[in-house]
Amino acid sequence: MFNQWKIIVTAVMAITVWVAPAAHAGLRVFACEPEWASLTRSLGGDHVNVYTATTNRQDPHHIQARPSLIAKVRRADLLTCTGAELEIGWLPLLLRKSGNRKIQTGQPGHFMATDYVTLLEKPAILDRSAGDIHEAGNPHIQLDPRRIMQVATHLSRTLIRLDPSNREDYEKKLTSFTQKWQKKIDQWYQQTQPVRGKSVVVHHDGWFYLLRWLGLNQIATLELKPGIPPTSSHLSQLLSTLQKNPVYLIIYASYQDNKSANWLSQKTNVPTVALDFSPAENETLVHWFDRLIDQLLNVKD
Amino acid sequence: MRIHILAASVILAVSCTGPAFAADDIQSLKKELNNLKQDYRQRIQALEDRLEKAENNARMANAKASQIEEKVQEEGGAGTASSSQNSFNPAISLVLDGRYAGFDNEPGAYKIPGFALGGEAGPGEEGFAIGETELSASANVDDKFYGQVTLAIGDEDGSTEVGLEEAFIQTLGLGNGLTVKAGRFFSAIGYLNQQHAHAWDFTDAPLIYRGLFGNKLIDDGLQITYIAPTDIFLEFGAEAFRGSRYPAGGDHDDIGSWTAFANVGGDIGIEHSWQLGLSHWQADNVDGRISDSGAAEPSSFTGDSKINALNLVYKWAPNGNPYNRNLKVQFEYFDRREDGRVVVLDSDPSEITGYDGNQKGWYAQMVYQFMPQWRTGLRYDRLSSDNTGSDNELLAAAGLDDQGHTPQRYSAMVEWLPSEFSRIRLQFNRDDSYDDSDNQIFLQYTHSLGSHGAHQY
Repeated sequence: MFNQWKIIVTAVMAITVWVAPAAHAGLRVFACEPEWASLTRSLGGDHVNVYTATTNRQDPHHIQARPSLIAKVRRADLLTCTGAELEIGWLPLLLRKSGNRKIQTGQPGHFMATDYVTLLEKPAILDRSAGDIHEAGNPHIQLDPRRIMQVATHLSRTLIRLDPSNREDYEKKLTSFTQKWQKKIDQWYQQTQPVRGKSVVVHHDGWFYLLRWLGLNQIATLELKPGIPPTSSHLSQLLSTLQKNPVYLIIYASYQDNKSANWLSQKTNVPTVALDFSPAENETLVHWFDRLIDQLLNVKD
Repeated sequence: MRIHILAASVILAVSCTGPAFAADDIQSLKKELNNLKQDYRQRIQALEDRLEKAENNARMANAKASQIEEKVQEEGGAGTASSSQNSFNPAISLVLDGRYAGFDNEPGAYKIPGFALGGEAGPGEEGFAIGETELSASANVDDKFYGQVTLAIGDEDGSTEVGLEEAFIQTLGLGNGLTVKAGRFFSAIGYLNQQHAHAWDFTDAPLIYRGLFGNKLIDDGLQITYIAPTDIFLEFGAEAFRGSRYPAGGDHDDIGSWTAFANVGGDIGIEHSWQLGLSHWQADNVDGRISDSGAAEPSSFTGDSKINALNLVYKWAPNGNPYNRNLKVQFEYFDRREDGRVVVLDSDPSEITGYDGNQKGWYAQMVYQFMPQWRTGLRYDRLSSDNTGSDNELLAAAGLDDQGHTPQRYSAMVEWLPSEFSRIRLQFNRDDSYDDSDNQIFLQYTHSLGSHGAHQY
């Protein structure tokens, strides 16, 4: 019986290995979030084949280690993720189950964007009573274009390291991305002059880098503690604060529940805006930022 | 006077040479002017280029300056990384579990006709009780291995006992989709078996797990899994065990029991995901497996035992974002066949009967998170058995006669999860494990301290 099973299992394994598609168009990249998928596409062009694990309708903190994701990580040559514990609930399991050496911690194919920039908002006190906090600091760096620029340089180096035969092309793509991006940064900076210094309320404490870059003041969050849904007592307290000191905008991520934001908006007449926390599928970073800026500037009541 | 003469002579000279000089010179002046024009154009172009370069440089410099400025601000403010001796400590997690249980029937009278119960099978204690406190440490050993230990601390008959639930090492990125695990671990049979009790969606194990495994199949051995390089998730694996622990038994010099399993899974669109698993467990040489839980006479089984299992899991979340709302449906089916003899213990002279057993069962459950922090679920369990032996009276004494009863159970629960790390659950069971129906109620907390690892699909 044991021998029979052995034969069956070996046969099936042999068949799948043999049948498995040999086609291999460039580097296989597993991007945890759409922003890194987009950046990898800009810097890698035709040399990369990017799979995006999440969409901008999903909360990257709470993703399940689905079978489909394990299958994708199994075949990846490069992992481009945020790091800093953002994916702690699912990525470690994918890595352990994948049986893939190339993308394990410490390998060149293990690229964590937050390893290459300075993180802000490092909590001074690590205690879970403060909610779902990140020990290494705020990981949502994709909302700061200057940090994206820093990540781009390092990501391009990683691509060259994994695929040295296309070095020149990667370098060219990095130069053109950097020039275009720097011009856009200046343009966005000019565009947003009128809103600088205004106050906003956010749902989750995730917009820190964006607000800091644009000089917006975050005066409160709808969540009393990060990761814990807004409570009614906290909301009513916020209401009285806002009635005394009106703010410009209430911001929430498009994947978040909009009930609390809408409630507060109705009571205070402060407009809300649902911003995409990440680019849409196949959207470029430039296009996504253009949208964000546009939404922040043209607030509809 | 002298000046006047000088001026007059100059005027005369100029007026004399005038016309001839003019005609020739306009031409050259024009030429010169053109040259000048061209020259200036080039110069302006060059200047513009330089200006643009300078502007670009300034822009870059500005960007760099602002980065540096930010860095300086940041370094002044935030604390630096710790470099103490315990920064390489493994991730430690401690799960606290406690409950209040109320039953209509005596828990001591619990039995499942047709199943000789062993291991931890049973409804548990009545009243206030501490469940299993789980202490777990895990870390990457080096770049090649991962290691994990889980201790379960619980009370048994008034004394605190520490059980070693898991102690294994596992390869990290062996390559080609292969992973090897060695030590004591949860067998990959079925779906729920690989989950820690704190990750269960109900307070108690499904009846079939209770009936066949005494809640859980844990053994010492080796596991090899292979993930195929395909777009669809395709996993094959095999395990070789010592086979001394329930539901195997006896001392074995080599492989006492083994399993083979295959899992396939994937996504349908962005909102649906699924996994289907087949598994087989076999122990050819069970020697004196003791079943002493429940109300039946303690007995011991010697012979061979095989289990085939099927499981199906389906999950749904709007936009694939499970944080606000999600649904999980799970179904498992097990079929065990055994051939050998059963000894009723504590009998003198020892009473032995030949035994040919077939026990099956399934459960289906559905858990719905209808808003953040709140989940509710339903579960249905159903078992059946068809056991024959040379001495039916003895079989009945050992609890292996189904007494014409079909064991089944209905469960409903509601959970409040204030955060990822805490859960309070209220569960109600209508338990028809045996012919005397039991109403069971549980109020349970499960809280976790420290680092909390990722949960399996």
